[in-house]
Amino acid sequence: MTDLPAPAPRQSLIARAIDSDIFYSFRRSKLTMVAAAIVAVLLLLALFAPLFVVQDPFDPRQLELINSRISPLWTADGQRPFLLGTDEQGRDIFSAILYGMRVSLAVGALGVAFAAVLGIGLGLIAGYVGGAVDTLIMRIADVQLTFPAILIALLIDGVVKSALGNHLDASTTLLVLVVAIGLSFWVQYARTVRGSVMVEKNRDYVAAAQLIGLPARVIMLRHVLPNTMGPILVIATINLALAIITEATLSFLGSGMPDAMPSLGTLIRIGNNYLFSGEWWVVAFPGIALASLILSINLLGDWLRDALNPKLR
Amino acid sequence: MSIRLSSLAAVASLIAAALTPASAQTLRYANQGDLKSLDPYTLRESTTIAHHGQVYEGLVARDKNLQTVPGLAESWETPEPTRWRFHLRKNVKFQNGDPFTADDVVFSADRVRAKGSDFATMVANDTKVIKIDDYTVDFVLTAPNPILISQWDVWYIMDKKWAEENNAVAPTPAAATTPSFASLHANGTGAFSIESHQPGVKTVFKVNPNWWRKPEHNLKEIIFTPIASDATRVAALLSGEIDIMEPVPIQDISRVNSSPNATVMSGPELRTIFLGMDQTRDELLNSNIKGKNPFKDIRVREAFYKAIDIELIKTRVMRGLSTPSALMIAPQLFKLSGDFTRPKYDPDGAKKLLTEAGYPDGFELSMDCPNDRYVNDAAICQAVVGMLARIGVKVNLIAQPKALYFAKIFKSGGYNTPFYLLGWTPSTADSHNVLYDIMGCRDNPNSSRGLTNIGGYCNKEFDALADKVLQETDNTKRDLLIKAAFEISNKDFAYIPLHQQALAWGVSKKLKVAQRADNQVLPYWFVKQD
Amino acid sequence: MLAFILRRALQSVGVMLAVGVISFAMFRFAGDPVNQMVALDTSEAQRAEIRASLGLNDPVPLQFARYFIDAAQFKFGVSYQFRQPVSMLLKERMPATLELATCATVLAMGFGILLGIYSALRRDSFLTKVLQAVSLIGISLPTFLIGILLIYLFSVILGWLPSFGRGEVVKFGWWSTGLLTVSGLKALIMPSITLGLFQMTLIMRLVRAEMLEVLRTDYIRFARARGLTTRAIHFGHALKNTLVPVITVAGLQFGSVIAFAIITETVFQWPGMGLLFVQAVQNVDIPIMAAYLLVVSLIFVTINLIVDILYTVVDPRLRATVGRAA
Repeated sequence: MTDLPAPAPRQSLIARAIDSDIFYSFRRSKLTMVAAAIVAVLLLLALFAPLFVVQDPFDPRQLELINSRISPLWTADGQRPFLLGTDEQGRDIFSAILYGMRVSLAVGALGVAFAAVLGIGLGLIAGYVGGAVDTLIMRIADVQLTFPAILIALLIDGVVKSALGNHLDASTTLLVLVVAIGLSFWVQYARTVRGSVMVEKNRDYVAAAQLIGLPARVIMLRHVLPNTMGPILVIATINLALAIITEATLSFLGSGMPDAMPSLGTLIRIGNNYLFSGEWWVVAFPGIALASLILSINLLGDWLRDALNPKLR
Repeated sequence: MSIRLSSLAAVASLIAAALTPASAQTLRYANQGDLKSLDPYTLRESTTIAHHGQVYEGLVARDKNLQTVPGLAESWETPEPTRWRFHLRKNVKFQNGDPFTADDVVFSADRVRAKGSDFATMVANDTKVIKIDDYTVDFVLTAPNPILISQWDVWYIMDKKWAEENNAVAPTPAAATTPSFASLHANGTGAFSIESHQPGVKTVFKVNPNWWRKPEHNLKEIIFTPIASDATRVAALLSGEIDIMEPVPIQDISRVNSSPNATVMSGPELRTIFLGMDQTRDELLNSNIKGKNPFKDIRVREAFYKAIDIELIKTRVMRGLSTPSALMIAPQLFKLSGDFTRPKYDPDGAKKLLTEAGYPDGFELSMDCPNDRYVNDAAICQAVVGMLARIGVKVNLIAQPKALYFAKIFKSGGYNTPFYLLGWTPSTADSHNVLYDIMGCRDNPNSSRGLTNIGGYCNKEFDALADKVLQETDNTKRDLLIKAAFEISNKDFAYIPLHQQALAWGVSKKLKVAQRADNQVLPYWFVKQD
Repeated sequence: MLAFILRRALQSVGVMLAVGVISFAMFRFAGDPVNQMVALDTSEAQRAEIRASLGLNDPVPLQFARYFIDAAQFKFGVSYQFRQPVSMLLKERMPATLELATCATVLAMGFGILLGIYSALRRDSFLTKVLQAVSLIGISLPTFLIGILLIYLFSVILGWLPSFGRGEVVKFGWWSTGLLTVSGLKALIMPSITLGLFQMTLIMRLVRAEMLEVLRTDYIRFARARGLTTRAIHFGHALKNTLVPVITVAGLQFGSVIAFAIITETVFQWPGMGLLFVQAVQNVDIPIMAAYLLVVSLIFVTINLIVDILYTVVDPRLRATVGRAA
C-alpha cells in the first residue's frame, strides 16, 4: 500500500518533525490548526478533568439532589458554580461532560488500540506466513467487512450480557465496550499491514536479515512493522472518531455505559428525555461536545491522510 | 397490461380510502408497554390485563371508581359462608355469536387454574364449581373467603365452544414455544373485539355492536400503538398523532399542559413504590461483608430507612407528583392509614445506628432497579444511592429493563437480589393481598404466601394476623387487625415504603375520559366528543 | 465467466455457513434457553422435560444440523419477549425496514449525485464550500443526534411531520407499505433523511472525485477539442463514466443502510427489524438476535453477489482478468 523509504538515520525527533513536510502542510491549513487546537483543548480538559470540575459526577456522595435541574449560569435561573446547569440528579453538566468525555475517549482509544494490536498481529501473521493461514484470516476479514461495526458491537454486547447474566458494573461494561469495538474494527489494520508485509517481504533488507539468521519474529517487529506505521496512524485517527461514535451510539441505544458512570452518549440518551420539558441544556451541551470532538478528529484524520499520502489528494 | 391496469385501479381506490380522514370516533392510544399475549390467562401484567379488559369480561366488574359492580353475573349471594351462588346474565353473546352460559363459567374456572395459567390463584384448587342450571353457578369453598370476588374483575370468562373448536382448552403458558390459537385470537363478551394484532407494533380494536351493556363511549375503533420511548410518546401527543397516552413522563407534564391540543390528567395512583432488603440469606449477595447479612440486623434496616430523604425525592425527582407513604398500601385502600407516620429523615441517626450495628464505615452492596417500569424508577434509585453514600454505604446500582429485572429478582430467578426497588398495587384493592403476597413468610414451599416477598421478611405473629384478616367479616374489626399487622412490620422495618406515584395520562382536549386510580386505561369508560 | 459466478456463489454459501455457526452458538450457548422460557414455579423436573423436548440434550452437531435445517426454512424459534415465532415477527417487520432503506438510498443517490456534480463543476463556488462543510458535519454528527434534532425542529417546534411510526399503511398480502398514504409518506420523510444523510455525503464525495478524475482524462479533452458543448461533455460523457462506480458503491452500501437503520428506527420508533433487534438486545432475546443476524447476513451476501456478478457483466476489463486468473 505505501512505499515509504527505509528508516533514515536517527536525528532529534523534534528537529525531524519541524523539518518535515507534514509539519509544513499542517501550518498551511488553518482549518487543521483549529481542529488540532480543539482536540488538544478537549483532550487536556478530559485528561485533567479533576482540576476543572466542581464535583466528581461519578461519585453519588457529591451529587446533591437539592441542586437538580438548574439552568446554565447565564440564564435567569442560573446558579454558581454550575456553568452549564445541572441534571435531574444534581449532576453538574460541565463536570459530567468532562468525565463523560474521559469515558468516551478511553473506550474509543482502548478500543482502537485493541483493534490495532489484533489487526496488526493478524496482518503480520497472514502476510508473513501466507498460505492457508493467510487465506483463513483474510476470509474472516472479508466476511466481517460486510458487517457494519455497530451491528457487530451490538451483537457482542448482547451476547456478553446474556452470558454474564446482565449484572455488569460500570467497569465491566467499559471492558465489554472496548472488546466489542476492538473486534469490530480490526479488519482494516490487518489488511493494511498484510499488504505492506507482502511488499516488504521481498525486499533486500529482509532477505539480508534472514541471511544473518534473525528470527522471523524480530524481522517482522523491528523492520517490517515500522514501515507500516504511517497508514496505521491514519486509520487509527479516523477509527478513533468512528469508535467514539460507536460507543456513543451503543450508549444511546441503552447498551453502553450505565447512568451512574455516563459517557457522552449516555448523557445524550438521558438528556433526550428532557427535550420537551424545557431543560434543553441536559442534551444540548453533551451533544455539542460530542459533535465537536468527532468533527475535529475527523478533520485531523483527513489532513493526516492527505499529508502522508499525497497521491490521494 | 390489463393486470397492471387493474392493480393500478386497486391502488387508486386504496389511496382514495386512505385519504378520507380517519373516522372521528377512532381513538388512537399509546402506552409505554405492550399487549403481550391475547390469551387472558397467560400473563398477569397490568398493561396486558387492561387490554384484555376491552375484549373480555369477568363475572364481576369494577366501575370508574373501582367499585365492584355486576358483570357477567347479574347478582350473587352466599347462602352459606362457603357457598357462593352466581346468577348469570341472560342473552349475552360472545363476539363470534356463541351464547354465554354456565358451561363457559365452569370451563373458565377449570382453565384458569390449569397448569400454565398465570392466574391460578383466582380459583383455588379445592374449590368446586357446580353448574346448577344454564344461568346459575355455585362455587363451593373449603373455608370462608369474604374477598373471593375481589380480583374477579380480571378473571375473564372465555367461550368453551370456541376454545374446544380451536384446540385452546389448555391455557397458553408464558413459556409456550408455539403460540396457541387463543394467544393470537380473542373472543370475549366485552365492549370491543380485536381486529388485528401485531405484537410490538399495533393492535386494532373494533367496537362490539352487540355488547349487552349500554356503552358510555362513542368509539368505533381503538388503534393501540406501544411506544416505549418517552420522548417519542410525548412528541406524538403534542403533534396530535395520538389522542391518549400513558404515562406522561413527569418532566413533560407542564409542556403537555401548555400545548393547545392536550392536557395531563393526573391523580394519585394506588401503586406503592418501596425498597426491599434481603433478610433471609446468611451472607449478603454482592457485598464486601462476608459470612453475615447486615440486613438481618434491624438497626441496619432502620438506618437505611432514616437515610432516605423522601421529601427531597418528592420535590426533585418526582417534581411534586408523589405522596410519601408510611405504609405498604395506598391510603385510599386502607381507612386507618392516617394513624401512621414515616420515621423522620435523620442521616446522623442512621449513621449512629450503623455504627451500633458494627458498620461504622458502612459497607458495600448492589441494588437492583428497573428502568422502564415505574415513574422515574432509575432516577429514584440513583437518588437513593446518593443518600446511602452519605451514611457510608456504597451501592452499586444495576438498573435494567423490566423483563430482565423481574426475571432476576422474582421467584423464577431465585430472588437474586440483596436490595431492590419494586412497586405493588394490590389487585384485590385490599390490604390482605399486601400482607400475604409481599410481606408473608415464604418458608412453606407449598403455599403461595410470600410469593413476591423478595426480601423474605418473616414474622409468624404477623402471618397469624394476616390469616385473621382473611377470615374476619366485620370491617371495623378487620381494619384494626390490619393496623396491628402493619404496626408489627413497621416496627421490624420490614420494608422501606417510599411513595405512591401519581398517574399521568396525556389526553387530547377532544376527549372526555374517566381515569381509574388503578391506572388501567379502559376506553369503554370514555366519552369521545367530535 | 460461469466459473467466476460459481466460485462467488460458493463463497457466499460459505459465508452463510460461517454466520450460521455464530448464530447457532449464540442461540444455544449464550444464556440458558430454558431459563429464559419458563415462568415462576417451574420445578426442576419440568425444566428437564422442556430441555428434552427442545432437544437440548442431543449431541451438538445434531443440534446444529437441526438448527440449520430449520433456519433454511425460516424457522427461528420463539421470541422470549413476544412469545411468538421469530419468523412471524421478522416477516411483519421486514417491509418497514426495506422500505425505509430503499427510500434512504434513493434519496442519497439523487441528492448525492446532483450535489456531487455541482461541486465538481463549480469547484470554487460558495455553495460548494458550504456543501463540503455540511458533508463533513454530516459524517461527524452521530445519526441519533441528527434524528433528535429533526424531531425537535419539525415535530415539536414546527409540528409539520410526525415524530414516530409509519403512519397509515396499506397491506398487500403480508407486505405492508406506507408509500400509498399521505400519513405514510409524511412519516417516511425524516427517517429517510436521517438514514440517508451519511450515504449521501459518501456518494457526493465519490461523484465529485470521479468527475474531477474523468474531466482530466484525455478523451474529455478530445471532446472539448472537437467542439462539443460543455453540457454534452459533462452529462453525456463525464457523468456516464462516473455512474458505474457510484451505483456499485450504492449497491454495496445498501446492506449497511439496513444495519444502520437500527439507530434510525430506534429514534423514530419505526416498526422495523432494527427496532425489533435493539429491543431484543436490551431484553437479551437471543432467538431474535440470532435470526436477525442470519436474515441481515443473507441480504448482505445476496447484494454483494449480485453486485459482483453485474460488475463483471458490465465491465469487460474485469472479465478479462477473471478469465486469465481462471
